[in-house]
Amino acid sequence: MDCFRMIFQYFQSNSESVMNGICGLLALASVKIYTCFDFSCPCLPWYNMAYGLGIMFIPSVIFLFCGLILNRQSLVMLEEWSRPQGSRKKDPAVIRYMCSSIMQRAMVAPIVWIIVTLLDGKCLICAFSGSVDPEKFVGFANTTPVQVQQLLAKVPCKDDELMRNNTSRKAVSRYLRCWSQALGWSILLILIIAAFLARWFRPCFDQVTLLQAHHWSNYIDIEQKIFEETCCEHSRQFAHKCILHFFESMREEIKLHSFRLPREGEGAEREEDLLRGIANQDQVNKLLKMWYYEKPPLNVSQVTHR
Amino acid sequence: MDKFRMIFQFLQSNQESFMNGICGIMALASAQMYSAFDFNCPCLPHYNLAYGLGILLVPPFILFLLGFVLNNNVSMLAEEWRRPRGHRGKDPAVLRYMFCSMAQRAMIAPVVWVSVTLLDGKCITCAFCTSVPVETLGNISHPGFSQGEMKRVLARIPCKEIYDGQELIANEVAVRYLRCISQALGWCFVLLMTTLAFLVRSLRPCFTQAIFLKSRYWSHYIDIERKLFDETCAEHARSFARVCIQQFFEGMSTDLAAIRCHSPRKTPADAGEAVEKLLGITDQSTMNSALKSWHRCKPPLHLQHPALHSSNGCAGEEHPPAHSPVPRREMAAYYSRV
Repeated sequence: MDCFRMIFQYFQSNSESVMNGICGLLALASVKIYTCFDFSCPCLPWYNMAYGLGIMFIPSVIFLFCGLILNRQSLVMLEEWSRPQGSRKKDPAVIRYMCSSIMQRAMVAPIVWIIVTLLDGKCLICAFSGSVDPEKFVGFANTTPVQVQQLLAKVPCKDDELMRNNTSRKAVSRYLRCWSQALGWSILLILIIAAFLARWFRPCFDQVTLLQAHHWSNYIDIEQKIFEETCCEHSRQFAHKCILHFFESMREEIKLHSFRLPREGEGAEREEDLLRGIANQDQVNKLLKMWYYEKPPLNVSQVTHR
Repeated sequence: MDKFRMIFQFLQSNQESFMNGICGIMALASAQMYSAFDFNCPCLPHYNLAYGLGILLVPPFILFLLGFVLNNNVSMLAEEWRRPRGHRGKDPAVLRYMFCSMAQRAMIAPVVWVSVTLLDGKCITCAFCTSVPVETLGNISHPGFSQGEMKRVLARIPCKEIYDGQELIANEVAVRYLRCISQALGWCFVLLMTTLAFLVRSLRPCFTQAIFLKSRYWSHYIDIERKLFDETCAEHARSFARVCIQQFFEGMSTDLAAIRCHSPRKTPADAGEAVEKLLGITDQSTMNSALKSWHRCKPPLHLQHPALHSSNGCAGEEHPPAHSPVPRREMAAYYSRV
């Protein structure tokens, strides 16, 4: 448990680490789900291709959406993109930077699924066993075209009575699996080369814009968090005051017939301070509306000149 | 668990240790990946060589590039290489040191993969089964096999269940022969790598030790400086956001107070501390120019007395100054505004 806590604390240390952690977890989950999934090829002429390609692509689209949903930054980016300009102008470079970092992280789990699928080979054998050239394989060369299609469709099913000890079935299966693994390794190679080139050559193009976009995207994230914390604190004080007020008004009714003066504690003034003058529902609603429609400008110099 | 925590903290203590940890994990991962990978020789005449050599060589190349991609120092090296000179000279020895240390770490996982592959033997058996010396190991005079036919039969050696050339050459004989060659190659490869590593490690101090120490120091410095800069920017962004939001709330309450004719709120006590952390940078365009100067014109490696500290002097300058301030003697006083 201790080691999980340490790993957890390491990943929580900043929001980029949190996102990397989620991305890694999704990738591991995709490998685990593939190993647990019971692949079962239908072994029928048209159904094979639909099933094989479906299993290869549909879960990867699902993982892509999961990666986008679980990433907090996608909401922050959408809000930044859709907000009205107000007194703070919008920087398209920041939005582009956030979008590309979200997409890169979301793409990891789908790519892992596709590569594991290809390296395992079952999907491609199922999908393309009917498209193999029967002349290359001895057992399928001397039969009618319809029979050939049916036999080839049964290649992925080892336990079928026609295919049980058929050496040509094994040859076709090995051939397709070899292609599937070659495709998987090639895709992995291309992606790694692209990632490597991107990492090496990014500082050569416009490093200043990148530094600025990185800083301001981090800023927007932090600002959103601090705003939520401030609102939480405000609502706690609001609720506290509201309830105290309620009890006070009940007490007032009882005290109407007594001669004790109402007490004014210093606590009340301190709490008013924390409410910052925003003390009823309409004012809170107005504040939240202004926060969305008119974010304040990025200029706090008036504080330093007081 | 205590031991695990100590190891974890040790590896986290600096970037080099962290990279050593990643490098070790990748080496273990490459061995694990090989055992998890389902090797499947196609057993067809020309496909065998391509598949066997592909599995021997492509994954190590991928692992090598992955070692670079996962290393955060890559972007640091590229940045240091491409930055404008500004007030700080560039030392090619430092760049070379950084590149060599990254390349050395990235080589470990591919070497592990190649060694494990050769010692296991499946790849070499698959790739070279058609080149087995049938004259010495089998029965070449067996009639009925043309050249092409013989190649097709030999190509099936790795696939025991479909092998049909038992009269030509026994399957076990061929497999044992190929595996023996593969393992000999594997052990020679491991010996060669270990000898190279030993020679590099033991002979390097005989040449250029002083330059090595200097390069190592300044490459660690660049790494630490970048981390501190990122932390300072994050801290600044936090204080900026805090003050910005406080002002927003105050602005709202001032608007409302104007209607109710109350006196304006006093600044909360903790605003003072947040303002100090802003380090004088209080709006977007100033922050943008600070970030631009950081890249275009890094400060010289020369710590000054606080009273003498002047502006960076980089604004608007495109050409470097007349003599570059290469630090020959560092000031003893430690001065930091971070």
